Amino acid sequence: MKLLQLPPSDLRHQLAGNGVWLRTGPFSLRIRSRLPRVAEGLAELYGQFEVRSAHQAFADFHVELNPPSRLRRWFRPQVNFSFDGAQPFKPLPLDQAYPMLEWGLNWCVSMHAHHYLIIHAAVVEKNGLAAILPAPPGSGKSTLTAGLVLSGWRLLSDELTLIDRRTGLLHALPRPVSLKNQSIDVIRQFSPEAFINRVSHDTAKGSVAHMRPPRDSVLRQHEPARPGWVIFPKWEAGAETQLTPRSRAETFMFLAQNAFNYSHLGADGFRVGTTLIDHAHCYDFRYSALSEAVAAFDRLAERRAV
Amino acid sequence: MLSCTLRSPDSVTRFSMGEWDLLVRQARSAGLLARVRHVLARHQLTEAIPAVARWHFDAAATLAAKQQLAVRWEVGKIRTALKGLTFPFILLKGSAYVMANLPAASGRLFNDIDILVPRAQLGAVEAALMLAGWHPTLLSDYDQRYYRRWMHEIPPLQHAVRATVIDVHHAILPDTARYHPDSATLRHRAVAVADMPGVQVLATEDRILHSATHVFHDGELPHGLRDLTDLDLLLRDAAANPDFWPRLTARANELQLGRSLFYALRYLRYFLDTPIPDSAMAALERDRPNRLTLALMDRIFTRVLAPDHASCADRFTPAARLAAFVRAHWLRMPVHLLIPHLLHKAFVSPYQRNEKPA
Repeated sequence: MKLLQLPPSDLRHQLAGNGVWLRTGPFSLRIRSRLPRVAEGLAELYGQFEVRSAHQAFADFHVELNPPSRLRRWFRPQVNFSFDGAQPFKPLPLDQAYPMLEWGLNWCVSMHAHHYLIIHAAVVEKNGLAAILPAPPGSGKSTLTAGLVLSGWRLLSDELTLIDRRTGLLHALPRPVSLKNQSIDVIRQFSPEAFINRVSHDTAKGSVAHMRPPRDSVLRQHEPARPGWVIFPKWEAGAETQLTPRSRAETFMFLAQNAFNYSHLGADGFRVGTTLIDHAHCYDFRYSALSEAVAAFDRLAERRAV
Repeated sequence: MLSCTLRSPDSVTRFSMGEWDLLVRQARSAGLLARVRHVLARHQLTEAIPAVARWHFDAAATLAAKQQLAVRWEVGKIRTALKGLTFPFILLKGSAYVMANLPAASGRLFNDIDILVPRAQLGAVEAALMLAGWHPTLLSDYDQRYYRRWMHEIPPLQHAVRATVIDVHHAILPDTARYHPDSATLRHRAVAVADMPGVQVLATEDRILHSATHVFHDGELPHGLRDLTDLDLLLRDAAANPDFWPRLTARANELQLGRSLFYALRYLRYFLDTPIPDSAMAALERDRPNRLTLALMDRIFTRVLAPDHASCADRFTPAARLAAFVRAHWLRMPVHLLIPHLLHKAFVSPYQRNEKPA
């Protein structure tokens, strides 16, 4: 059953009670929350995902978003993220409940899923080949990811590149795309059909909202992709769209440093990372206009299509 | 669920999905995911793990394997740092199990490395470690004084680059504790680690007694069940030697640690069904507490040694945890020191911390 088939009142009721079992890519979650805005965010963004009754099901991550104490309900209300009873983060203002769920889920995956090499990067796919977009915050990675997946590329993830250690294939975790500050408006203008949820202001990352993942990406979430490119995007005001090849060795070093668990995997991390780099073309990418950037990516995909 | 799995691994073949869900959660909160995987593999039960749950065990095993490698590397670094000193240092707990290649190292996770050195040499050891990049962790002046004046260890040292933590001990219990086993006799019987001159581990019986003491003198028991499974593995391994049990109980008496050993064996039987001969329990009869105390301790320890997970708690668990905390402090220091210490911790420390810039 899909989440959108669950009547809103049932969703709220289940979230407040036993929890909702939800599948996102290779992971299953059990989410509990009494907060209406968490139910609202899930209903708006996770409609295409599979849900079940949480009773007697196996879930990878048991998470909960609730106010820390009853006293704070009226005075500057807050929200706490719990991972199976433990609180890995300090509470945040209630307004940030939904982004906290997304951040918390990223944490769950990056702290535990060591059967993958996990790189902090977005991944999108076309014609079976995936483009990995690692980049420091503020480089326009999320904006470009959102633009690409609204233009026919498949979303694998906007934050977590999951590399299967046995096959070297990239696994999809097509959860909502996080948009920050100006990129919220950029995407609204780029595609009026894109659904973006309510904005949470004054977070650690500024204003944050999430974009609903494309339906097709969710339906194909169990389909892995082969690594095709590693591309470092950089948004610069007024810059020409420009793709420059970069060294594989340097790219490997960057990926290793930006992996969540490279050092945990020991020699295997090196093997998985270098195998990936051997199969990927590496580029630096500068852009200012999103539509031109998408066109440049489309040309790349056509060139390698067989 | 977790202790049932550790006691009789075969039971997993009958687990429902809901039970697997609970097992993974309890094992994770107890730090025992990798160890459970190891136990299941030893009983040829790996295939019984449902596909959806398997990665949790594999990922934990990946982490445990990496930590063991890191521990070996780190011990080498400590050895290099202490090379100039004329006496060996003794590894305690987890790092000792790894370096002595004991079954108790299997699937174990680590927080820090514990070493034991002669008290008179503490200054030289600390200086040598600081030269090699380990620095005292941030503590208030009160905590610093408390450690140095009363404890059996100096404040933890953390490496500036690798962030690894070493606890340097000069005894296995605080100076202020009711019982203080003589560290010199522990050092005297310590055994060398193969291919690592200058590095030692405690003798088999002493290692087990230290592990038992640690469980029953420590106030907070986040790893209670993990420590018990360590003991279970240590005992099963050592019991291959026919005169092990009489030697263990005799040594416990010598070191005034009979009471700790009594409790350890009692709760090992309760949680893990460790094969302990009745003769060993009989040899500790003198250390058995009176009936009332024992009934109370049973109520406390059957709760606090269970995994710290909501599914293992009943309405008395918080009280039991508090009781264990109070008891541990009671054993660690006499009342005239304990009361000012608790008052300081309750009323002064929290405010001091707030004043520090973020």
